[in-house]
Amino acid sequence: MPFPPFQMIAGVPLTWYLTLSAVLFALGVAGFLFRRNIITVFMSIELMLNAVNLTFIAFSYKLRQNDGHIFSFFVMVVAAAEAAVGLAIILTVFKNRQTLEIDEVSSLKD
Amino acid sequence: MDTVVFLIFAAIAVICAVNLVVQTHPIASALSLIGVMGSLAGIYLQLGGEFIAAAQLVVYAGAIMVLFVFVIMLLNEGKERKARRRLWVTFAGLPLLLVFVALIHNLILHVLPPSDSVQFGVFTGGTAEAIGMKLFTGYLLPFEVTSVLILIAIVGAIVLARKEVD
Repeated sequence: MPFPPFQMIAGVPLTWYLTLSAVLFALGVAGFLFRRNIITVFMSIELMLNAVNLTFIAFSYKLRQNDGHIFSFFVMVVAAAEAAVGLAIILTVFKNRQTLEIDEVSSLKD
Repeated sequence: MDTVVFLIFAAIAVICAVNLVVQTHPIASALSLIGVMGSLAGIYLQLGGEFIAAAQLVVYAGAIMVLFVFVIMLLNEGKERKARRRLWVTFAGLPLLLVFVALIHNLILHVLPPSDSVQFGVFTGGTAEAIGMKLFTGYLLPFEVTSVLILIAIVGAIVLARKEVD
């Protein structure tokens, strides 16, 4: 039984929200692994954070508590801090190496 | 009605997310990400998260994405080059991804009772008043620590991105 039929329950099944979150998270993982541009990889991380936020909000609805909202608020704050520092790092990398290809920035590995 | 609204927002979110992954130019990816965040804000609203929906639009789709777009335009790298990948990565990546999603979906269906449903207006604990009450009573210490984190991030960003002055 993939989805419950429409008429059985009023409203949207909660599982749809969680499945949407899983789909978005998987797409974020795919972008993180497949893209070669540092900025696009970074945006994929933001997509994954958004997917997790959706799960928080959905369970917050199910439990009728707003603690999940506060946690996703903190996730947003951390994402903002991460974006500021991460984009500064990207600027520095580009200034020193003139490239945004993630495979060419491997001096820690070599 | 709720289902139609959800399906519209979910379709926009998924299409934009696929576009984010598929596009090779970072500015197209950034615009797709803004689409994802906007439609997620609509879904939060449907789940009763008024404050979070507004914060999503202001903080994520506003502030963070403007930062991204600034950096993309500042660096002006253009399209990324075609990457050399191994053959099995090209052909096994998408099926593995689908298997991952199917597993999670199956898990969700097994763990949650199917009678849980979402209707707009049932849960009203996500107003700014309710969030503020909880944030400044139960979560006061994490909130204050967050401000220190933001301060550290500001100082770090300035130190990293400044010009060297001799």
